[in-house]
Amino acid sequence: MVVPALFMLVASFLQRGPHGTLIGPLTLANYLRFFGLTETGFDPLYLLILARSVFFALVVTLLTLLLGYPLAFAIAQSRYRELLLLLVVLPFWTNFLIRIYAWIVIFQKKGVVNAFLGMFGLEPLALYPSWFAVYTATVYTYLPFLVLPVYTAVERVDWTLHEAAQDLGAGRFRSFLHAVWPQTLPGVVAGVLLVFIPALGTFVISDLLGAGRVILIGNVIQQQFGVVRDWAFGSAAAYVLMGLVLLGLWLYARRAGEEGLDRLI
Amino acid sequence: MRLLLRIHTLLVLFFLYLPIAVIVVLSFNQSRFGVQWRGFTTAWYEKLFHNPRIALYAENTLVVALASTLIATVLGTLLALGLYRYRFRGKGLLRFLLYVPVVIPDIVMGVALLLFFAWIREATGFFRLSLLTIILGHVTYQLAYVALVVRSRLASLDPALEEAAADLGAGGFATFRYVTLPLIWPGVLAGALLAFSLSLDDFVITFFTAGPGSTTLPLYIFGSVKRGVTPEIHALSSILIAASMAGVLLGRALLRRR
Repeated sequence: MVVPALFMLVASFLQRGPHGTLIGPLTLANYLRFFGLTETGFDPLYLLILARSVFFALVVTLLTLLLGYPLAFAIAQSRYRELLLLLVVLPFWTNFLIRIYAWIVIFQKKGVVNAFLGMFGLEPLALYPSWFAVYTATVYTYLPFLVLPVYTAVERVDWTLHEAAQDLGAGRFRSFLHAVWPQTLPGVVAGVLLVFIPALGTFVISDLLGAGRVILIGNVIQQQFGVVRDWAFGSAAAYVLMGLVLLGLWLYARRAGEEGLDRLI
Repeated sequence: MRLLLRIHTLLVLFFLYLPIAVIVVLSFNQSRFGVQWRGFTTAWYEKLFHNPRIALYAENTLVVALASTLIATVLGTLLALGLYRYRFRGKGLLRFLLYVPVVIPDIVMGVALLLFFAWIREATGFFRLSLLTIILGHVTYQLAYVALVVRSRLASLDPALEEAAADLGAGGFATFRYVTLPLIWPGVLAGALLAFSLSLDDFVITFFTAGPGSTTLPLYIFGSVKRGVTPEIHALSSILIAASMAGVLLGRALLRRR
């Protein structure tokens, strides 16, 4: 794993040769180009894509949190927690591409949603390809990643603190905010990382459900290694992405320690 | 509040199972195009079973999954044991590195492997993109998962047991074979199961490390989705859904027995 990564580091400082080969001399041009500094002036194309990807991953994470956090509580307090937990992880074990494809079937022009709307005589919606479809499928894909660590944290919550806060006159919301939420925070942070990082790097979901209209950093990397065949620039883009992720992971490891890293599996 | 939570749970479960239900229902639909229900049929399944290419892709997928799981389980277990038993320089860094393949976006690993294989190929002529490169690609990330799962099992191991075995005259290998291995076996098994299902499901790493003639089922599904889908894909997907669900339930039953 380390050796291929080092190879790629070298590649990111090389140049594109004829027929997509890699040639020297070493150069910073790929990184400069990524950050918008070209010979013809400032062109923030890739910076904008990076910013868009970060924004996308943030919104996905927020939506997953809104769906997953209450769900983790519901599971922890349910009589059927074993069953519910199984139901949440089961879709995750079915093939990823099949689930993505299913969303195309649901959103396409003559798909499930429009067939449903048609029954009520409503106009069909143009849901595919769209950002909406990409968001839906991404949230769908990574939801279990958030629910599991949050659930583990909720299960360990010491509810006597909640009761104590209420006895001391705090309202339900305030006692939740000060007595329960902080206890679940380690699980939330782990879950947020587990959703944010793959959402930042996705290219399959945006490729299939965005059908070329949705370009994220993952799509840029894939195109450089695919159609464009500029492996040097692709490597630089991959290193920018990896750098962001490793920085986040390292900061997390420093604060949460090894115990925190273990929450990521 | 309780009622709200319950409704929320039901809605999320609906959200989680809608896509799966849609595919399974469509696989029995007579209609070739669109989602209108035109009557029940098993014709797509019959067509699927008579498609020799699908059998080949399924075989490729299984060969990759079995071979990579075997390699990754042995190496990952050894790595976990090494980290548990010995102290050496750079151990902290190695431990951090273990988490990297788990967390890093898979596209980064995929393109790094693609570059790596291309370089070796240029230098030596080996490593033409094939099933072998896919297997090696899968091992690189499975290894980390296996090592982490086994390590968490080792952490709960009582060192006194190994010491007792040594005191009773068992050599290093005998201690490992009759004391350590049986104790960490559930962890090894769980790691192997995880590695196996990760390999079966993997698309991104395979996408960047596969060559002509080494198509796996996920690659085939991706290609079909891009080209336009035939209902056979629905039948294939339904079978895979059923197989993976059965696999999860079986795995849970196995692990619980221990």
